[in-house]
Amino acid sequence: MNIILNNRPETFSQSELTINELLQEKNFSFKMLVIKVNGILVKKGQYDSHIVKDGDDVTVLHLVSGG
Amino acid sequence: MRFEEIKNKLKNYTIGIAGAGGLGSNCAVALARTGIGRLIICDFDIVTESNLNRQYYFKNQVGLKKVTALKENIQKINPDIEIITYDIKLNEANLVSIFKTCDIIVEAFDLAEMKKMLIETCIENMPDKSLVIGSGMAGFGNSNSIKTIKNGNIYICGDEMSEVSEDSPPLAPRVGMVANMQANTVLEILLKH
Repeated sequence: MNIILNNRPETFSQSELTINELLQEKNFSFKMLVIKVNGILVKKGQYDSHIVKDGDDVTVLHLVSGG
Repeated sequence: MRFEEIKNKLKNYTIGIAGAGGLGSNCAVALARTGIGRLIICDFDIVTESNLNRQYYFKNQVGLKKVTALKENIQKINPDIEIITYDIKLNEANLVSIFKTCDIIVEAFDLAEMKKMLIETCIENMPDKSLVIGSGMAGFGNSNSIKTIKNGNIYICGDEMSEVSEDSPPLAPRVGMVANMQANTVLEILLKH
């Protein structure tokens, strides 16, 4: 599948991935994330159930403490 | 654009500042100097000695409410700005009503879970609001790792990596860089309209 991930086109051999699988594929290991798929918020409890499909626009923001 | 023109445009806008620590105090001052019309500033904390390494407060303000001290400092710089303060801890329940009149919200918390709370609450309740987030600024050096990334109407300023810890404290230069980058991003959004 082809998706947009953080403004960039990305290709995966799988036809779909859960959010958690996508995070593992990309080695995103930060613990404080905000994820949007096609503009809609996906909360942490949905990371194993929400499916990312071909054509999706995914945003993964990672947040670290300090300010 | 001439400064007169910039000030004339900026005076029509309201910016929300969520947190009046290192990011919020410095960002608010930069916006005030440039001539923003109105600031809505929220923080529940008081000024302590340890804040003075990076936050826009003075030694004689230790013990004051941050929102009171910051309002005082901004009024000394630019008395024409309208400043609304909330001495309150922001949460999912109060954030929307406090910031709904803002053109842009500047996220200026220290804790990552608060940053996440603000972003998620805004995406769910005010999806069109522009957010300017600070993430990753601990320590010193490595100036060129600090950048601004745009994802739709969410802008992240910082290096997205340097988390504060005992051995990597937040210090004036890098926190100030991110705070001013947030202010600069606000100007960019408003003046490109």
